[in-house]
Amino acid sequence: MPIWVEFLVAVLALLGAAFTLIASIGLVRMRDFYTRLHGPTKASTLGVGSIMLASLLFFTMDTGSLSVHEVLITMFLFLTAPVSAHLLAKAGMHGEETLAPGTRGRPWEQ
Amino acid sequence: MLNAALLIALGMVGVALLLAAWRVLRGETLAGRVQALDTLYINSIALIVLFGMYLRTSIYFEAALLIALIGFVSTVAVTKYLLRGAIIK
Repeated sequence: MPIWVEFLVAVLALLGAAFTLIASIGLVRMRDFYTRLHGPTKASTLGVGSIMLASLLFFTMDTGSLSVHEVLITMFLFLTAPVSAHLLAKAGMHGEETLAPGTRGRPWEQ
Repeated sequence: MLNAALLIALGMVGVALLLAAWRVLRGETLAGRVQALDTLYINSIALIVLFGMYLRTSIYFEAALLIALIGFVSTVAVTKYLLRGAIIK
């Protein structure tokens, strides 16, 4: 495998893992249910997307034929991540999650 | 060099999994736990794909696809239950 492909795969994998870690740190540190919705969306699009790019490059160079499994997983996650975030927000509003003092914006009062 | 980078990436995703698991145990309400479980599904997809790259085999993509599908369906099912009281009317 050429050295520049190895370097690119390593950079993309580390970038994706860093995004996943940052998203989980955001999940732990945010004080409110609604602000905690931000992090996992970054993990599922940027994090898994760049890991899938790394895997696509790696297995294309390894086996010689284009592998489309990763594109399938990425498309599925791109389509379903907004749906799950929307449903989670609706479920939170229905159950009347308590708001931290600093959180702004209360759409159910308008 | 690629092996070292993949090991570091695996470690980072493992730490992310542990943080999300802490949020599952700690969450005050059911909606908070479902949110952390959704993050757990996504992080486990990343972990499986990175491990498949580390072992130089591509058979683990089937498992990652399955986890993505089943995880999404279970998130939708639990939130529908929270909103309505029943999953399918």
